[in-house]
Amino acid sequence: MTHDIVFTVNGNPERASVPATMTLLDLLRDRLALTGTKEGCGIGECGACTVLLNGKPITACLMLAVEADGQAIETIEGEAVGGELSVLQQSFIDAGATQCGFCTPGMIMSAHGLLLRSPSPSHDEIVEAIAGNLCRCTGYEAIIAAIRLAADRLGGEPHDA
Amino acid sequence: MTRELNVIGKPVARADAVDKVTGAAHYTHDLGFPGMLHAALVLSPHASARIVSVDTEAAEATPGVRAILTGKSLDVHLGLYMQDKRILAKDVVRYQGEAVVAVAADTLEIANAACRLVRVDYEELPAVLDPCEAMEKGAHLVHPDLETYSHMEGVFFPKPKTNIAHHQKIRKGDVARASDDAEVTLTASFDNPPVQHVPMETHATIAQSLPQNRMEVWTSSQSPYTVRHLLSATFNLPHASIRVHVPYVGGGFGGKAGLGLEPLAYVLSKAADGRPVKVVATREQEFNTLPSRQGLHSTIEIGARADGKIVSLKSTYIWDAGAYADYGVNVGRAAAYSGAGPYSIDNCWIDSFVVYTNKIYGTAYRGFGHLEILWGIERAMDQMARKLNMDPAEFRRINLLKEGDTTITGEAFTSGHGKPQQCLDAVTEAIGWGTPSTPPDVPHKVRGKGIAMLHKAPAMPTYTSCSVVIKLDEDGGADILVSGVDYGQGTYTVLRQIAAEELSIPIEKTHITWECDTAFSPYDWQTVASRFAYMGGNAVIEASADCLGQLRSMASRALDVPSELLICNGGSVYPDGQPDRAISYATLALGYTFENGNSIGGPVIGHGRFIAKGLTHLDPETGQGLPAQYWTYGAHAVEVEVDTQTGEIEVLNIVSALDAGKVLNPKLCLGQVVGGVIQGLGSALWEGFVFSEDGRFLNPAFVDYKIPTAKDIPHRTQQIFLENPQPGGPYGARGVAEHPMISVPSAIGNALYDALGIEFMTLPLNYERILTRLRENAEAT
Repeated sequence: MTHDIVFTVNGNPERASVPATMTLLDLLRDRLALTGTKEGCGIGECGACTVLLNGKPITACLMLAVEADGQAIETIEGEAVGGELSVLQQSFIDAGATQCGFCTPGMIMSAHGLLLRSPSPSHDEIVEAIAGNLCRCTGYEAIIAAIRLAADRLGGEPHDA
Repeated sequence: MTRELNVIGKPVARADAVDKVTGAAHYTHDLGFPGMLHAALVLSPHASARIVSVDTEAAEATPGVRAILTGKSLDVHLGLYMQDKRILAKDVVRYQGEAVVAVAADTLEIANAACRLVRVDYEELPAVLDPCEAMEKGAHLVHPDLETYSHMEGVFFPKPKTNIAHHQKIRKGDVARASDDAEVTLTASFDNPPVQHVPMETHATIAQSLPQNRMEVWTSSQSPYTVRHLLSATFNLPHASIRVHVPYVGGGFGGKAGLGLEPLAYVLSKAADGRPVKVVATREQEFNTLPSRQGLHSTIEIGARADGKIVSLKSTYIWDAGAYADYGVNVGRAAAYSGAGPYSIDNCWIDSFVVYTNKIYGTAYRGFGHLEILWGIERAMDQMARKLNMDPAEFRRINLLKEGDTTITGEAFTSGHGKPQQCLDAVTEAIGWGTPSTPPDVPHKVRGKGIAMLHKAPAMPTYTSCSVVIKLDEDGGADILVSGVDYGQGTYTVLRQIAAEELSIPIEKTHITWECDTAFSPYDWQTVASRFAYMGGNAVIEASADCLGQLRSMASRALDVPSELLICNGGSVYPDGQPDRAISYATLALGYTFENGNSIGGPVIGHGRFIAKGLTHLDPETGQGLPAQYWTYGAHAVEVEVDTQTGEIEVLNIVSALDAGKVLNPKLCLGQVVGGVIQGLGSALWEGFVFSEDGRFLNPAFVDYKIPTAKDIPHRTQQIFLENPQPGGPYGARGVAEHPMISVPSAIGNALYDALGIEFMTLPLNYERILTRLRENAEAT
C-alpha cells in the first residue's frame, strides 16, 4: 500500500508516493538522491542520518516517509546556500572537525538544530546535542570546538534555517 | 644548512573538508548504476556445524531474485597471508554470523525476503571457543585441512592437525639462566577480548562482471591494489582485466585492509548475467560477519636485578584468531617482534601463537596487536616496579631502549630511532607525576595516576612499495596520482604539502583526485601500518624532483643557461640571481615554444617511487632479523577518578607524547592523536565482544556494544609532539596514525591500581568489572 505525501526538502516542494514501510532515510537517499544523509546503523543509535524536521534534529532511519507529509525537512544539501558554506560548515573545516567525514552531515545537522534552539549554548548543551551522533575518528574535541566557534561567529544569533 | 619550509609543518586544512561538510563526498554506500542489484546474506546461527543441506527453491521462485549462491559452487580459497577463507561457507560453518547463502535481487527488500525463504539444515559440531583450550591436544580442529592451505612461505608457520595458524618465535640470549639469576621475578597473565573497528561507514562493494572475463569494482577499501591482486589470484584473471575504484571511504582502522566483500559481489554479478551487484554490510553484519580485532591471552614473566635492571623476559601470546587467520597471522608475528615493549632486554623468549577458534575472525586493527600486548607488558611493568619498591617511571627509565642497545630481534637502536625517554619525561612532567592527585570533593570518590609507554613499527612485507605520478597542469599546478587511500587520516593533504614544498608552488596549486582507480593511479601496496605519509611522502619528493629536472632541461635550452645554474622557485625557473629571466612552470608544463614556433620537451610528468629498504625475514627459530622500517615511540599519562559506590570511572586527563620525527601538519597530526586516544579509551573502558557458552555473539549492535560518545571523553587531553628526525623519513617524519590508541588501556589500568589498590588484568575496565572487584575487596577485608 502506498501513500501520497507532500512535503518540503531544503525549501523545495516535493511530492512522493511511498510504501507504508519506507523510512524517511530511504526516501531521501533512494528517491530524492540526497545521499549526503548517511546510514550508519539503521536503528537510531549512531546519528549519521540526522536531518531537521521542522527545525528539530531527528534520525531519519527511525521515521517513516509517510510521517513527512506536510512537514519541512532540512538535509546537509541545504546547509550551504548559493554555494556559500554556512557558518557551521566553515567552522567544522576551520576547527578540523571532519576526518573520514561519514558522520559529518549528521553531526552538522544536530549542531544546526542546537544553534536554532540555543544560539549561545553552554559546553554541556553542545555535548548533549551531539551525544547521539557517533564519530569514530575525531574523538569529538574538534567537533565540540567547531560548534563553539560557529556559535561565537554567529554572535548569539540563531543559525539561519 | 636548515632549509626554510613554506608549507611543511603548517596547519593546512584538509583538501576534502568541503566535500565532507556539504554532503558532496560520495562513498561506496552512495553509488548506484543502471541495472544494479542488491545483495543480502543468510548467516550461520551456529558457531560450528556441518551444512547438511541448503534449500533455495522457494527463494529462487521469488520474483525479482536474480542470483542465489552457496559455498558449494564456489570452490576457491582466499586470503592475504594465509588462504584459509571461502567466499561463502562450504560444508561447514566455523563461526556464528558466517555467510552461508547470498542472494542478489532487484531491490534489497526482495533480497532480504528471499533470504528468509532459504532453508539450511545444520548438524551441530563441537565448537572450540577459548584459544588456550584450542591449543590442547584433542581439541576440535577448526581447519582439519590446514596443511593444504597456501600461505606466505618462510614467513608464516602453520602447524597441521592443530589449531595453530602461526607460531612466531623470538629467542635472544639465555632466558633460563638469566631468570634463575634474577633477584626479583614476576609472572602475570592478562586478557583482551575481541573488539570491532566500528568504521561509521560499514563495508560496501559494488562489482560488475564484464565480458571477456573483465571485472570492475567500487569498494570501501584501504587497499585498491591488494584487492586487485587478490581478486586476480582468486579468480585466475589477468591483473589488467580487473579495475578497482576506491571513492571516499568512511573510516577503516585496518578493518578494510586486505579483501572484504569484493569477491562475493563479483561472483554474484557473474551469476546474475553481469549486472552490477551492491553488497552493503548492515551494522550487525559489520560486527558479526566481517572481521574484528583478535582477542589475546598473554602470560608475561619478568626477571630483574634488585637495582631495577630487567635481565629476562619470557612471554606467551595466545591470539584468538577466530575462524580464519588470513590477516591475523601477521598480527601475531608483528606483536612478537615488538613483544618486549620499548625496553632493552638481553634475554628474551617469546612464543606468539595465532590460534583458530569458532568465533568471528580477526584482522588488522589500528595498532596491529600492540594495544593488546602492551596491555599486559605495561601493566606488568608497574607490578614489577612495586615488587622492586621503585617508582614505575624510574623503573621504565632504567630499562628503556637507548643508543647502543639492541632490540629483541637484534636491531641496533640508534640516534635515529626517536627518543622514548623524552616521551616518558614529557608526560610525567605534564601530569604532575609524583604529586598526589587533588582529593575529590566527595569521600566515596578516589583519584589515581598512571603511565604507560608505547611503540610500534609498520608491519608489512619486506618488499612493500608505492609509487606516485605528478602531472603538471597547463597553469603550472600539480596533479598528484596515488593509490594509497585517505580514509580520514589526512595523508592526501600532507602529500600535497610535500609536493608544494618540493615544487615550490602554492598549496592551492596542488591537487589529488579523490578516487583511487587502479586503471590510472600508480601502484601502492595498501594503506595500513602508518606507512603512507612516510612512503608516499618519499615518492612525492622523488616525483617532484623528476618534474623539476624536466622543467630545468627545457628552461636550460630556452634560456641558453646550463641547467645546473637554474633554480626552481615560486613556480618559475630562472638562473640563480636573475629572477627577471624567469620562465613560469605554466609556460613549460606542456613543452616550451620558442618565438619562431619551434617547440621542445613535452608535457611534464614526474614519477616517484619508494620501496622498503633493508628489511629481512625473521629467522624461523630465533626471530632475529630486521622487520621494521622505522619505530615510533610514545607515552601516555592519565589521571582518573573512581566512584567507589558505583564503579564509575571518569578520566580527568590524558597526556600523550609521541616522537613524530617531524610534524608535517600540526592540525591533522593533532586530529590523529586525539581521535586515536579516544578510540583507545573505547578499548579501555567499554568495548569487547561477549559470547554465549555455545559461541553466539551477544552484543553485535550499538545497543549493546558501546563506543565512546561526546559525553564519554576525558575532561582534558594534552598532546605533546617530539621531533627527533627519522633518517630516511620525508623531512624527518615517521608514522603516528595508529600509535595514539596503543597503551591507553594500560595507563588507565595502572591509574586504577593507584586509585584503588586493585590489579585489573582483563579488559575492558567497565563499571561492572570495577564494582565487582570493589565488592570482592570489601568482602575480603
